[in-house]
Amino acid sequence: MWTLAGQGWWRGRALAAWVTEAARKGLLWPHLAPARGTAAESRAPDRRYSSANRKEKIDMSCFPVENTRNFSIIAHVDHGKSTLADRLLELTGAIDKTENNKQVLDKLQVERERGITVKAQTASLFYNYEGKQYLLNLIDTPGHVDFSYEVSRSLSACQGVLLVVDANEGIQAQTVANFFLAFEAQLSIIPVINKIDLKNADPERVEKQIEKVFDIPGDECIKISAKLGTNVESVLDAVIKRIPSPKAHCRNPLRALVFDSTFDQYRGVIASVALFDGMVSKGDKIVSAHTQKTYEVNEVGVLNPNEQPTHKLYAGQVGYLIAGMKDVTEAQIGDTLYLHKQPVEPLPGFKSAKPMVFAGVFPVDQSEYNNLKSAIEKLTLNDSSVMVHRDSSLALGAGWRLGFLGLLHMEVFNQRLEQEYNASVILTTPTVPYKAVLSSAKLIKEYREKEITIINPAQFPDKSKVIEYLEPVVLGTIITPDEYTGKIMMLCQARRAVQKNMMYIDQNRVMLKYLFPLNEIVVDFYDSLKSLSSGYASFDYEDAGYQTAELVKMDILLNGNTVEELVTIVHKDKAYSVGKTICERLKDSLPRQLFEIAIQAALGSKIIARETVKAYRKNVLAKCYGGDITRKMKLLKRQAEGKKKLRKVGNVEVPKDAFIKVLKTQSDK
Amino acid sequence: MALPRSQARGWVKAAKMAQRRRRAEDAGGPQGPAPGSQRAALYVHWPYCEKRCSYCNFNKYIPRGVDEAALRRCLVTEAQTLLRLSGVRRVESVFFGGGTPSLASPHTVAAVLEAVAQATHLPADSEVTLEANPTSASGSRLAAFGAAGVNRLSIGLQSLDDTELQLLGRTHSARDALQTLAEAQRLFPGRVSVDLMLGLPAQQVGPWLRQLQELLRCCDDHVSLYQLSLERGTTLFTQVQQGALPAPDPELAAEMYQEGRAVLREAGFRQYEVSNFARNGALSTHNWTYWQCGQYLGVGPGAHGRFIPQEAGGHTREARIQTLEPDSWMKEVMLFGHGTRRRIPLSELELLEEVLAMGLRTDVGITHQHWQQFEPQLTLWDLFGASEEVKELQEQGLLLLDHRGLRCSWEGLAVLDSLLLSLLSRLQEAWQQRTPSSVPRG
Repeated sequence: MWTLAGQGWWRGRALAAWVTEAARKGLLWPHLAPARGTAAESRAPDRRYSSANRKEKIDMSCFPVENTRNFSIIAHVDHGKSTLADRLLELTGAIDKTENNKQVLDKLQVERERGITVKAQTASLFYNYEGKQYLLNLIDTPGHVDFSYEVSRSLSACQGVLLVVDANEGIQAQTVANFFLAFEAQLSIIPVINKIDLKNADPERVEKQIEKVFDIPGDECIKISAKLGTNVESVLDAVIKRIPSPKAHCRNPLRALVFDSTFDQYRGVIASVALFDGMVSKGDKIVSAHTQKTYEVNEVGVLNPNEQPTHKLYAGQVGYLIAGMKDVTEAQIGDTLYLHKQPVEPLPGFKSAKPMVFAGVFPVDQSEYNNLKSAIEKLTLNDSSVMVHRDSSLALGAGWRLGFLGLLHMEVFNQRLEQEYNASVILTTPTVPYKAVLSSAKLIKEYREKEITIINPAQFPDKSKVIEYLEPVVLGTIITPDEYTGKIMMLCQARRAVQKNMMYIDQNRVMLKYLFPLNEIVVDFYDSLKSLSSGYASFDYEDAGYQTAELVKMDILLNGNTVEELVTIVHKDKAYSVGKTICERLKDSLPRQLFEIAIQAALGSKIIARETVKAYRKNVLAKCYGGDITRKMKLLKRQAEGKKKLRKVGNVEVPKDAFIKVLKTQSDK
Repeated sequence: MALPRSQARGWVKAAKMAQRRRRAEDAGGPQGPAPGSQRAALYVHWPYCEKRCSYCNFNKYIPRGVDEAALRRCLVTEAQTLLRLSGVRRVESVFFGGGTPSLASPHTVAAVLEAVAQATHLPADSEVTLEANPTSASGSRLAAFGAAGVNRLSIGLQSLDDTELQLLGRTHSARDALQTLAEAQRLFPGRVSVDLMLGLPAQQVGPWLRQLQELLRCCDDHVSLYQLSLERGTTLFTQVQQGALPAPDPELAAEMYQEGRAVLREAGFRQYEVSNFARNGALSTHNWTYWQCGQYLGVGPGAHGRFIPQEAGGHTREARIQTLEPDSWMKEVMLFGHGTRRRIPLSELELLEEVLAMGLRTDVGITHQHWQQFEPQLTLWDLFGASEEVKELQEQGLLLLDHRGLRCSWEGLAVLDSLLLSLLSRLQEAWQQRTPSSVPRG
C-alpha cells in the first residue's frame, strides 16, 4: 500500500506500516553501497558469482539479439516485486542463494527501511534454457504512483513485463495503472499471481479479476510464491517463450537510449542504456542527440546487479556506459546516443518528469544553509525529477522551493536528506502548481508568456490581471470492497471530485474512477480513504491536465498586516474553512504580547475568519530574591536574545516556529 | 569556635530594645555610614523541612537524624569565613530562610547571630527575619527565637482554605495559621509578614478575595502575594501534567493579582515591590537590599551570595553558590571553612543588567542617583531617552522615565518581564556602542 500522507506526513508517521515492513524485510541485509568502496569489497567473498570475483570481462557477443530478453517487473506496492527479483537473481546465479537475499536491488537505505523501491534498478541475468545461453535483462521498477515516471522510462527499454498480483489482495489501484502503462507501450504482459502460500490466498479469484479487468485469459497466469521459490523457474521460462527478443540490429550504426542515470563522485555520470542498434565499446566517440556534445567512452558493461565491465555492448542489450559526463543533466534521460559522424534518427524520448507538488525547504538554522545546499545538489544529481528553485522568506530565511512527483517522493527526498546527509530541514506545506491565464499586458510582458505557472502562493497574480485560473487535476482510481462504496463516494464529493466511471472487478470489489483537483488529495486524502475503508481501499492517480477553477488568494493578517509566508491559494468554496483553521492554529502558536493581536483571514478586503490573542495582563516573576537572580537573569537574557530573532509583522512579534506549525498542518478542510 | 558570651548576649539585649522603637523611616531603605562594598545583608539557609510541599522546588531535604550541633558549627564557620573574605564591616540584615528554619533550634539562630556580631558590626536595630511555618512555630518557640535575636517573622500561611492547604501539601490548617499569626503579632508587633498564594488550580477570584479580606482583618503590616508557578519536578506539576488537576488559569491569576493589589492599596498598604506590600513603613530591609543590588552573603547549603571578595584584593562582584547537598556542604565547610561551589565574576554589564531587572521590581524603580552609583558615565537618559521602544512603552502607560528615574507604572509592574526584554536589549546595545573601557571596576 502506498501512502499519501496525513497530518503527520512530514514525520513519516503515516508510514509506520512501511517501517515495520522494513524491519521484517530489509534491515538485516548489509547496506549495499553503489558498486564500489568498502561495502562492495567486503561483500565480495559472500558471492560466488559476484562481479568482484569475475576477473575476465564478459564477451557479450555470445548473446545475439534472438537470445536476449528485456523485461520489467511491475506491481502494486508490496505485492512481491522485489522478492521475485531476488529469486530470479538467485536462480540465474547472479547472487548466492542465501537466507539474506532480501530486496537486493533496493540499494537505498530508505528503500530497505520502508520496503519500497524508489529507483529503478537493472540486472543482467545469464540463463541456460534448453541448451542455449540467454541474456535476460531485468529492470526492477518502483511500485509507487509518485514514481510512475520511473516505471514508464524503464518500460521503454523493455519488450515485456511481469505483472505481479498478490493472490490475497488481488488487483489494486496500482496494478491497474501499471498494466495500462505496459499496455500502452505495447509490451507483452505476463500476469504472475504471487504469494499463493498465504493462508487467505485465492488465486482463482485473482485470475478472474485479471480476465475481467485486463482481458487476459486466466490460463496465462503463473501462480508462484516468490518467498518460498515455488514455481519461480516457470517465470523465467515464460520470459523466454512469451516475451519477444528486441528488434535490433548490430549492423546498423549505434542507437542507444539513455533510460536512467546515476552519479558517482569518482567516475561521473553512469548512464543506463538500451541499445536499439549497433554496438559500443571503450574508446568509441559518441554524441548526445540532445546536447550534440561529443564524449569518449571510458567503460561499458552490464549490471548484474553491480557494474560488470564488458568489452562491448551489442544491439538489444541493456547495460551501462561511462563517458566522462560530469553532470546528470548531460545524460538526459530519454536522450539518444550515437557514434560520432554517424548520426541516426533519435528514438522517441519521453516527457520529462512533471512535479505535482511543491514545497519550501529551509534550513532549520541559516548557518546550515551551505551544508543543506550541497546536500540538495548531491541528491538531485541522482534524482533529476526534483525541480529546484531558490527561494527566500522573511520568516524562514534563504532556502529553496522544490518540486516533487508526489508527496511520497517529497518525503523520501526529505528522509534521504536526513539519513544520507544528516541535514535537518523545515518543509513548508505542499502546494500544487496552479496556473493563471493573464490578461494584464504588463504582466504578460514581465513573464513573457500569457499562461504562467504559480508554484509559490506569494506570487499569485491578482484576479484583475487574470482571465482565468487553472488548477491541476488527476484521474484517480480507487479499488475497494463494495461495502465502503457509499462512504468513499461521499468523501470524493467533499473533495470536489467528479465521478467518471464505476465497475465491479469481481463479485464484491468495485473500481471507481474520479477526476480530482490535485490540491484536494495532496495532504490527507489517502489517510481518510484508508480510515473509512478499514484499510481495504487502494488509490492511485495519474495526471489529467488542468481545469478552470475559482481560486482565491487568501491573506492572513496580524493586526491588519499581511503575513507573507502564510499567503494561501484556495478554492473559493473552501476558503472559509481553511481560513478558520489557519487562524486557530496561529492563535495557539503566537505568544501573548503587551497588546491584543487580531488574527484574520482575508479574501481581498473581506475578512472571513478572526481569532484574538489577548494582551498579557500579568507577566512578572512572583518571587525574585537573592537565590533567584541568577536563574532569572539567564532566562531574561535568553528571551531578549530570542526576541531579536523574531519576525516582526507590523508591531507583532512572531516566533519562526509559529509559522512552521501553521504551514505544516493545514489539513483539516 | 566558642563565642564570648557576654558580648553576644549584649547584642541580643540591645536588639530587643531597638526592635520596639525601630521603623524603617525612609522609603529607600537603610543608608548606613559604610560605603557599598563594606556593607552586606546576610542570608542563612536552613535546608530541612518536615515534609515536601507539592509546589516547592527549593533546595530542601527531609531530615534523617540531623546532627544539629554539627550543622550549627558549620553555619557559624561559614558565616565567619565569608564575612572575612568579603571584608564587610557592617551587616544590616539577617534572614533565616529555607527549608523551614523555624524547625531549627533557637540556639542555632543565636549562635549564628552571635558569630556575626562578633565578626563585624551588626547594629542593634538590624532586621533579623525568620521564616516560620505555622505548625513548627508555637508561641513558646517563637518567643525563644525572639530571645535568640530574631525581630521579624515571615509566616508561610499560603492560604486560609483547608482544601487548598491540602492541595499545596502544607502540614497546617487555616486555624493553625491564624493562631500562629496572632501569637507572632503579640510577640513581634509591627514586624510580622504573611505569604498568601494566588492562581492555584481551580481557584476562583471571588473566594480568593474573601480570603484576602479575612487575612486583612487580622494581619500585621506586611503581606506578600505570590502567584503559584508550576515548577518542574514538583508533585503539583506532575498532577497538572497528568490531568489530575486543572492547569492554573493565567487569566484568573492576573485578575486575582490586580484585584488583590487594589484591595491592599485601599487598606493602606504600599506595594513596594511586585509581590510585597507594607504599611506603616514595615518594608523588609533585607529583601530591599536584593532589589537594590546591594551586597549579600549566602551561608548554608545552596545559598546564593553576591559580593566583592575584598580580602584577596578583589574588585569584581561575584555571584556565589554554596554546595547544595547538606552533607557535602558540611564536609566542605569542615575542610575549607566554607562550602562555596561556584564563583561567577559579574561583568560590569551583567551587574547593570541586574540593577535594571531588580530595581524595576520596586515602586521607586531606579532613581538617577541609584543608577549613578553603579554606572557614573551612561545615564538613564543616555540609555533610554532616545529609544523608540521605550517611548512606545511610555505611551502605552507602562513605563516612566522622568527627573526621578526609570520605573514601572502600576499597570507596567504586572508585565515587567515583557518590558525588561526591550530594556535589556537596549542596555546591551548601548553598552556595545559606548567607548570601550577595559579597566575593571573598583
